[in-house]
Amino acid sequence: MLLALFAVSVVIVALFWEISFPRIERWSAERRRRRERSAIEGYDPGRERRAEQRARQLLKSCVNEEEWEMYRDLGFIRVWGRLAGGPQEGVTANAAVAFGAPYAYLVYPHKPIVSYLPQTRRLLAEYCVAFPDETRPYGSARLPDSDDALAKWMALTGDERRLLDSANMHLPGRQVDPKAVQRDLWRLSEWERARTTRARRAARVPTP
Amino acid sequence: MQFLRMKPGHGEVLLAEGDVEITADEERLVAEFRAQLDAGMWAAVPTTAAAGRREARMVRSFEDIPRDAERVIFFPRAAGGAR
Repeated sequence: MLLALFAVSVVIVALFWEISFPRIERWSAERRRRRERSAIEGYDPGRERRAEQRARQLLKSCVNEEEWEMYRDLGFIRVWGRLAGGPQEGVTANAAVAFGAPYAYLVYPHKPIVSYLPQTRRLLAEYCVAFPDETRPYGSARLPDSDDALAKWMALTGDERRLLDSANMHLPGRQVDPKAVQRDLWRLSEWERARTTRARRAARVPTP
Repeated sequence: MQFLRMKPGHGEVLLAEGDVEITADEERLVAEFRAQLDAGMWAAVPTTAAAGRREARMVRSFEDIPRDAERVIFFPRAAGGAR
């Protein structure tokens, strides 16, 4: 009887541990991250905001108008892949899909780059890459969000293979939630549709 | 030509500025370019392609920079993220 009770209690403890361990691990990681963030000496939210504003201006001055508006409205930039004979420069999303653009990337600030197939919206891979500035001028190696997005954009459009060689490649879902990416792809298609409609309407308005 | 560098907590900073047609300026720019690459930076020149599409050109030596480039942007080299 005692042995049976002991066995049942061991099973209960094991099940409880199995259920609660991931939660404890997540809580502990979050706590560690919070402590690291607050440990950065001289962290100044005002300075970080000003840095981000400056970075946004630089990003705007470098990327295409469409890409800037995409980043401003949606928080990410789509970059067409070029290693497999992607669409020509200046091609719209619809035309790119019609021509069979092989693949594209979604560039998020401080998140992995996600590659996908525009025709089917199938996610291909995550490229985990960072641009840490080890001089840590204000205690942190982290670039402002828009600088991080611009660094990825420049590296992808300038030397895609070099960037991918530097990144850690994973299957989709490792760090970025695939459902969130699918939602972003849907938001992107809606955004493009609205933008095209606006452009058509503007072109129809007769000039006085 | 301007040399800009992305910096945490600051945005871009102007490292150097000069006219590549003036020898003294060019020498100063070359020295700064080498110093940045030695410090582990990558360098890119924002350009406009033939169709008007904007893109970047990664440069590994001063000679790779187009003579008419207005800006060269330095940023920390890429490192693989979370494993």
